[in-house]
Amino acid sequence: MAETTSTAGTDTTVVTDGEDGVRRRDFINIAAVSAAGVGGVATLIPLVSQMSPSADVLAESSTELDVGAIEPGQAVKAVFRKQPLFVRRLTAKEVEEANATDASSLRDPQTLAERTKEGHGDVLITMGVCTHLGCVPLGAAEGEIKGEFGGYFCPCHGSHYDTAGRIRKGPAPTNLEVPEYEFTSDTVVQVG
Amino acid sequence: MSFPWAQQYTPTNGLMRYFDEKLPLPRLVYNAVGAGYPVPRNLNYLWNFGVLAGFCLVIQIVTGIILAMHYAANAEVAFATTEHIMRNVNYGWLMRYAHANGASFFFAVIYLHIFRGFYYSSYKAPREMIWLLGVVIFLLLMATGFLGYVLPWGQMSFWGAKVITGLFGAIPIVGEPLQVWLLGGFAPDNAALNRFFSLHFLLPFVTAGVIILHIWALHIPGSSNPTGVEIKTESDTVPFHPYYTAKDGFGLGVFLLIYFAMVFFLPNYLGHPDNYIEANPLSTPAHIVPEWYFWPFYAILRAFTADFFFIPAKLMGVLAMFSAILIWFILPWLDKSPVRSGNYRPLFRIFFWILMFDMAVLFYLGGAPAEEPFVMFSQLATAYYFLHFLVIIPIVSMVEKPKPLPYSITEAVLGSDKEAVLGENASVAK
Repeated sequence: MAETTSTAGTDTTVVTDGEDGVRRRDFINIAAVSAAGVGGVATLIPLVSQMSPSADVLAESSTELDVGAIEPGQAVKAVFRKQPLFVRRLTAKEVEEANATDASSLRDPQTLAERTKEGHGDVLITMGVCTHLGCVPLGAAEGEIKGEFGGYFCPCHGSHYDTAGRIRKGPAPTNLEVPEYEFTSDTVVQVG
Repeated sequence: MSFPWAQQYTPTNGLMRYFDEKLPLPRLVYNAVGAGYPVPRNLNYLWNFGVLAGFCLVIQIVTGIILAMHYAANAEVAFATTEHIMRNVNYGWLMRYAHANGASFFFAVIYLHIFRGFYYSSYKAPREMIWLLGVVIFLLLMATGFLGYVLPWGQMSFWGAKVITGLFGAIPIVGEPLQVWLLGGFAPDNAALNRFFSLHFLLPFVTAGVIILHIWALHIPGSSNPTGVEIKTESDTVPFHPYYTAKDGFGLGVFLLIYFAMVFFLPNYLGHPDNYIEANPLSTPAHIVPEWYFWPFYAILRAFTADFFFIPAKLMGVLAMFSAILIWFILPWLDKSPVRSGNYRPLFRIFFWILMFDMAVLFYLGGAPAEEPFVMFSQLATAYYFLHFLVIIPIVSMVEKPKPLPYSITEAVLGSDKEAVLGENASVAK
């Protein structure tokens, strides 16, 4: 208050504090406004974070399934994180077809071995979500069209996937996603 | 706005000048809460509570919109989704505690804002319209607070809804059908919960609209001040910014400290444990009470235990409870004293504090069980409440001899020396 009265009285008087000529009031002003600013920004953390997946959603984020009962040539649809998951046991012919293709010539170069687990080269686990715009491709259930390459076919915009779930023809940019998973025993798989 | 010496908005930045030409929104803000609004230089901290109330509304709207993202207004799952918010949603506990305690702090701030108005007679001409709009805002807040308390669908929610809608059942002839219509059933259920949610979402925005009118009306005569003497010259005022933005900012900091102390360390102190039990239409909690901010009016409701001539006790209680607030609408015309500030009204000031004591008693009794001796005290306190407004205020304003008022705000601040006043006037006016 002493500062205001003195400056109001004679306009030219500038009250300084410290040898570098910084006014104490300026310092307090900047410090106070900065503290409020930092506090305001910190407040955004909970306001933004609350929209992320909640604890109950994250608790459902891994799926366990038994692949032992799936016969060669057969596929099952499971649910992983509220999205379809294709689990397919390839026949020897399908494995051969997949391996016969030169991976480097593909849009998204990957070999079948890179897309399966060692010792389980015939178990192909992919998301049942077309990498184009997210439709569910056909080919997992019996009697469905498997596309020109014998794997999966997406009816929305005509993407063809081969027996390793790799994109071969159509608009999809990448192969069907292989989720993170591991074999917890010879037949049981934990996805996620 | 209305003072000729108010500073004009003159943007130096080219972009702001362009913007201001097309849409004078920066100008509006500048004239409302910026340097363009001259405010009495002598406002004390009781003048902080309007800004604090506005801030509370912002807290409530932000946290409320977030809660609505995670809550489902369905009687089957409402309680479960509330617990989902508490346990699963990231910072959900913070959002809900901030919202629940935010309501309490909103009311605390509003009560102090209203009592400030009582003491300094802020309701008097030329500010009657501000006061009337303020009472409307208070009623909207009470409705919103009640509707929101029902949403978690706990025991207190359910029985609160039942009791409050039951008030309408007291109205003769149309009461029962009206109550059934309000609830969309014979007891609170899914239909009631859904419409309460819808209205609880709507009313804060209606309130925001009325607040804009409240502030608009305020800016016509300008803010009142602790002396109650109107602004005469420029030396009576300082620009809102930076003087009152700083003062309000400091008050806001203190408010936030207390508010977050409650949110983080006593989040359920103002709540009721029974509301963590899911609504059960077949079992009433032993002691049902509304939230603390309704207690004074709840005490008035329960004070009427015997029929009053031909009016049944139940209806009388309801009428008294609503009248206790509606009476504020005619307060500007009950208090005829030309002096505004309680500082210069010795007799009025005594009765102001007696009213505060009476409301504190009603507040205590509203939270107490409905048994003797509390009921008798409620009756006495209720009688005094109405006596204060309808009899004491008009009589005091007629017989009281007020103390001499200062000539101006400047004189009140700088002392009675006329030369000093004129000297400063001369130097500031240049």
